[in-house]
Amino acid sequence: MEIGIKLNGRMLSDNIDADLLLIDWLRDKGCFSVKRGCETSNCGLCTVLMDGKPVLSCSMLAARASGHEIMTLEGLQEEASEFVGFLADQGTDQCGFCNPGFVMNTIALLRENPDPTDDEILSYLAGNLCRCSGYNGQLRGIRAFLDSRKK
Amino acid sequence: MLTIKEYVRASSLEEAYELNQKRNNRIVGGMLWMKMQSGSIGTAIDLCDLGLDTIEETDEEFSIGAMVTLRQLELCESLNEYSCGAVKAAVKDIIGVQFRNLATVGGSIYGRFGFSDVLTVFLAMDTYVELYKGGIVSLEDFSKMKYDSDILVRIIVRKTRAKIIYNAMRIQRTDYPVITAALSKLGDEYRAVIGARPGRAVIIRDENGLLDGGVSSESADAFARFVASKAQTQSNMRGSAEYRTHLVKGLTERNVMEIGG
Repeated sequence: MEIGIKLNGRMLSDNIDADLLLIDWLRDKGCFSVKRGCETSNCGLCTVLMDGKPVLSCSMLAARASGHEIMTLEGLQEEASEFVGFLADQGTDQCGFCNPGFVMNTIALLRENPDPTDDEILSYLAGNLCRCSGYNGQLRGIRAFLDSRKK
Repeated sequence: MLTIKEYVRASSLEEAYELNQKRNNRIVGGMLWMKMQSGSIGTAIDLCDLGLDTIEETDEEFSIGAMVTLRQLELCESLNEYSCGAVKAAVKDIIGVQFRNLATVGGSIYGRFGFSDVLTVFLAMDTYVELYKGGIVSLEDFSKMKYDSDILVRIIVRKTRAKIIYNAMRIQRTDYPVITAALSKLGDEYRAVIGARPGRAVIIRDENGLLDGGVSSESADAFARFVASKAQTQSNMRGSAEYRTHLVKGLTERNVMEIGG
């Protein structure tokens, strides 16, 4: 079937199978920041923005994304660069596998709520699992970024 | 692994209904539960173009389209004001924001899953479902119906004067609940709803009038014991039947004290 998706600002058309998941279509287009983790819609590794909202690309048909705009980390490097250094400073990039999902959801959080409390950060990022850290590093990194903006 | 032969965005409810009469065709909601199943679907029927993704409010009711996401429920100020924040409390720990941006209220309610926070909280309100062919049915009746090939179009919450409290017990945040417990006072009726028993949520009314004399620690304890005796629980990997019954008693007592007179 024919689909048309605006991916990272570029309109792409494709002919796909009806059961192709969005994550597989994105990786086929070279967006390797989008990763498969849990297969149970729990881990947040595959987070992308659809029309600006964070969604799990592992749990969505590419066909449903047709007619919509999808952004992956490949298309949001500049926005991510504002705060990822603060995460790295806290050692949150240990194995690094979860980082793109975390960064994508942090972008969504900060767009929706530019000055979140710690509870709001933890709540918004609850759907991103990290098996290396205890999440405190991510929280400290985002807090440090937010504090730096106020100086 | 799930395979899908064809994908159709229905252009009308009638088209979706006709397609859904074939046994191996399926309506796609948020697709989160469906995706974890194995099998072969002939045609996946998507309702996403039918304008069912809005929450409309009148003086009498909320009309919630089947494709409204759990995140929309969470962020809907008027619905949460009416429900005393119970709707937000019910969905806030369902995995994460990304999941709730996909999961639909129609998928949750149609599925009538035992673990459903969504079914539990809507049963605590004066809620109805609109089925394409079956018309408007109370959610309580719908929750007991067998699956069929009708289409759930919207959820209707009538604005009966209400106080509502929602609590659930999870082993870990974002996990499935071990038990869900809502309590509402709809008009003069107290209604406890217990889900994740692990069976489907059930309504238990104060049929003995234990709270008629007002809420006190004694009446809360008596009502909680009554609810725990009525809510049938079973064991699974998340907890034993005995543990669940203990939680029902504790959470219901807490809910009664929170809701007050």
